[in-house]
Amino acid sequence: MDPITLSRWQFGLTTVYHFLFVPLTLGLGWFVAFMQTRYYQTKDETFRKMAKFWGKLFLINFAIGVVTGIVQEFQFGMNWSEYSRFVGDIFGAPLAIEALMAFFMESTFLGIWIFGEGRVPEKVHLASIWLVAIGSNLSALWILLANGWMQHPVGYVINAVTGRAQMVDFFAVITNPKGWIFFWHTISAGLATASFLILGVSAYHLVRKTNYADLFKRSFQIAAIVGLVSSVLVFLGGHTQGQYIYQTQPMKMASIEALWETEKPASFSILTIGDLSGKKEVWSLRLPGFTSFLACNNFNCEVRGVNDIQAEYEQKYGPGDYIPLMVVTYWTFRFMMLTGLLMILLSALFLLALRGDITKTKWMKWVPWVIVLPYIANSSGWILTEMGRQPWIVQGLLKVQDAVSPNLTTVDLLISLIGYAVVYGALAAADFHLMKKYALAGPDAALRESVDVESVLIGAQD
Amino acid sequence: MSYEFLQTLWFILIAVLWIGFYFLEGFDFGVGMLLIFLGKKDSERRAIINAIGPTWDGNEVWLLTAGGATFAAFPQWYATMFSGFYLALFLLLVGLIIRGIALEYRSKDSNPKWRSLFDWMIAVGSFLSALLLGTAFANLARGVPIDGRMMYTGNLFTLLNPYGLLGGLATVAVFLLHGANFLALKLEGELRERVYNLSKRLYIGAVVITTLLLIGTYFYTDIRTKLGVNPGVTPIASYAVLLLTIIFINRKMEGWAFVATGLHIVLTQVTFFMLMFPRLMISSLNPDWSLTIYNASSSQYTLTVMSIIALIFVPIVLAYQGWTYYMFRKRISTKKDSLVY
Ligand code: HDD
Ligand code: HEM
Ligand code: HEM
Repeated sequence: MDPITLSRWQFGLTTVYHFLFVPLTLGLGWFVAFMQTRYYQTKDETFRKMAKFWGKLFLINFAIGVVTGIVQEFQFGMNWSEYSRFVGDIFGAPLAIEALMAFFMESTFLGIWIFGEGRVPEKVHLASIWLVAIGSNLSALWILLANGWMQHPVGYVINAVTGRAQMVDFFAVITNPKGWIFFWHTISAGLATASFLILGVSAYHLVRKTNYADLFKRSFQIAAIVGLVSSVLVFLGGHTQGQYIYQTQPMKMASIEALWETEKPASFSILTIGDLSGKKEVWSLRLPGFTSFLACNNFNCEVRGVNDIQAEYEQKYGPGDYIPLMVVTYWTFRFMMLTGLLMILLSALFLLALRGDITKTKWMKWVPWVIVLPYIANSSGWILTEMGRQPWIVQGLLKVQDAVSPNLTTVDLLISLIGYAVVYGALAAADFHLMKKYALAGPDAALRESVDVESVLIGAQD
Repeated sequence: MSYEFLQTLWFILIAVLWIGFYFLEGFDFGVGMLLIFLGKKDSERRAIINAIGPTWDGNEVWLLTAGGATFAAFPQWYATMFSGFYLALFLLLVGLIIRGIALEYRSKDSNPKWRSLFDWMIAVGSFLSALLLGTAFANLARGVPIDGRMMYTGNLFTLLNPYGLLGGLATVAVFLLHGANFLALKLEGELRERVYNLSKRLYIGAVVITTLLLIGTYFYTDIRTKLGVNPGVTPIASYAVLLLTIIFINRKMEGWAFVATGLHIVLTQVTFFMLMFPRLMISSLNPDWSLTIYNASSSQYTLTVMSIIALIFVPIVLAYQGWTYYMFRKRISTKKDSLVY
């Protein structure tokens, strides 16, 4: 395999992996902060235990977000040096600001939150978890503004001498609508992810009638409400995404819908079978007018097809293949839509069920499975976003093939790719072990002291 | 503000970030390496980890910020260095990953095998990170093969030359001593005594290797030709401060000992950046191909914007990070209830 392909695999895998942990951090932080605030206000022990229990899961998950994030920060230079040279003037800024504004904040105050209980004033301890939640969401904002610029470059000129992009309007970069729509959709996705984790874990305990029924019932209730609201917000955000893509990345739009020819009004494909090259339609089942609705909020606007756009791009950018891998864009979008709609439906059902006695319902034992839904949607969403942009790394300005570090060899990349696979695999195993252990053990384990003086260390004599 | 002023300002700012990182993570890495040698019982290991527990992640962000600032201010430097040192950085990342995850996870399971494994990961990760950082910086000072298109033409083994490795070992040795001094400051009772005894031996190691590095620097780098800024007495002062440390260790003045190793680290890094300025990466092939603050920087506009942002946020960050150290200034005992969180 050539270095480009390997670099792409490596970047894609490590980034999707990072984003398996990020959404839960983004969402769960708010929950823990809320619970601890309730405890602060009411002095109700249940809220304290609640904050402790969900806080423990938050910490276990957070740790992986941190260590895999460092890789992200360095990868642009390591694997995409020509990209870094090209965009550094603009793209580096949000990255640096993210570290300065957000990473410092969340890591510092998380330290205070973990170690400060009983050592710092209660108010400071409470404030620190809020600052952690705000910090992590701020970090998301900056990285999304950076990514938004790659999808929809603004506020720049191409320097005629160096051929590199150069920032001329910082304000345009930080108000890029693309970045803010990302932010809306991603933050609500984070809240939805956390809600569904809480729903699933609470359901597990409610079925088993542990002595914390009250704690889990209340958790379930909070999560059902937030889950419904955030799922709807995700949906609306996603719809806004669609409209913006229609305006700025028509090729992505067309390939999401497997729309080969321009249509007015454009139908929405429920199922399309392509031929083996993935570049031609064989058969499809379509919902009339729906793609038009997704793209421009009315049922009969024109949506341009792949073939037309390809012809236009060849004129504009020279010969080449400008069509993303359609099987991927098409299916990831459908996975996301389906899970998204399902999540709205389920959280509404849970809310309704709360009017009765939820511990008596038969389907409760299946509820833990809902935890996987947001994970499918999150990963699908990013794979769609990034692969729908191919062959561009910066839409319309730089292609992926021109972005890769030219000095890297296949051997270099095999070493790092295999290395990451091994390390990340081990991380996943450790994370899964701990998440499961603490989630199933319930609040008592989260409250128990973490120092075990009795345990003798292997290899160290006393 | 003139372009040249901004470029110089950002060179200094990035230098400050690296120096801060070395000072802070220096003792974190040192503590990490010492963990398995000093801590004989679980409670002792827990106490040692708690000494850096609340702050290590914040300290690591200095590195992330240095990386981000380099990307924003000198994208060519970021691109050439990070792609050039690819495998070395990959190993550094592995080191940072296993250390970071182990610090967070080691106490979350009470299986002795689990704890022992993660404690080793903390130590090995800290060692690997310190060694690679030192090696990378020594090579930057020495010069690396960079061609006329700002492309690194060597490989991993290019970096593993005697001077590079000496830089790595010196970093490890000094961090060990710095970490021990920090622990003397944070621990109490028998554990603190043990730290003192160890410090004396670590001191000898640090002095020997640093002496070699100092001599090597006059042979392998262009410190004498003064292409950079003449560091003058800075390297000598840095060396002298390290030598003085033993006085403080012997008298159990751990605060001063810590200040001394800290100052040594700071002055060493200052020497490095003076030697470099205005160059960012020295080409060993042709001096004209070196990356400098002039040919590697972002536009004047970007540097202006970033300066304003740094001016606002750096003081805020410094204030709350400093405040954290103040909050957790108490010594840590190995008594069980005081270790719990
Ligand atoms: C819980 C997670 C989740 C759920 C339920 C949904 N999404 Fe989503 N989606 C994401 C999580 C996500 C994401 C992983 O967070 C992405 C990647 C980039 C982004 O901003 O959000 C994303 C991207 C993304 C994009 C691509 C943006 C681009 O390439 O510029 C579109 C068009 C949508 N979404 C649309 C939707 C629609 C119409 C949904 C219907 C309910 C939906 N999403 C549900
Ligand atoms: C965290 C969520 C993200 C995920 C899951 C994600 C996923 C992916 C995937 C799957 C690819 C491979 C696409 C392909 O090669 O066909 C990719 C490529 C890439 N993405 Fe993202 N991405 C994310 C966020 C970002 C952000 C925030 C940035 C920039 C700030 C970014 C920059 C890139 C770059 C530089 C590439 C490499 C070139 C390429 O192959 O397209 N990504 N990403
Ligand atoms: C490919 C681009 C990305 C880069 C360069 C990147 C960088 C980083 C870094 C360096 C960390 C560790 C911070 C620490 O040590 O405290 C981190 C963690 C995190 N990142 Fe990412 N990230 C990327 C993608 C994303 C995306 C798309 C989001 C959100 C939408 C995000 C949000 C977060 C959050 C919330 C964490 C949790 C842990 C923490 O911040 O410490 N990241 N990221």
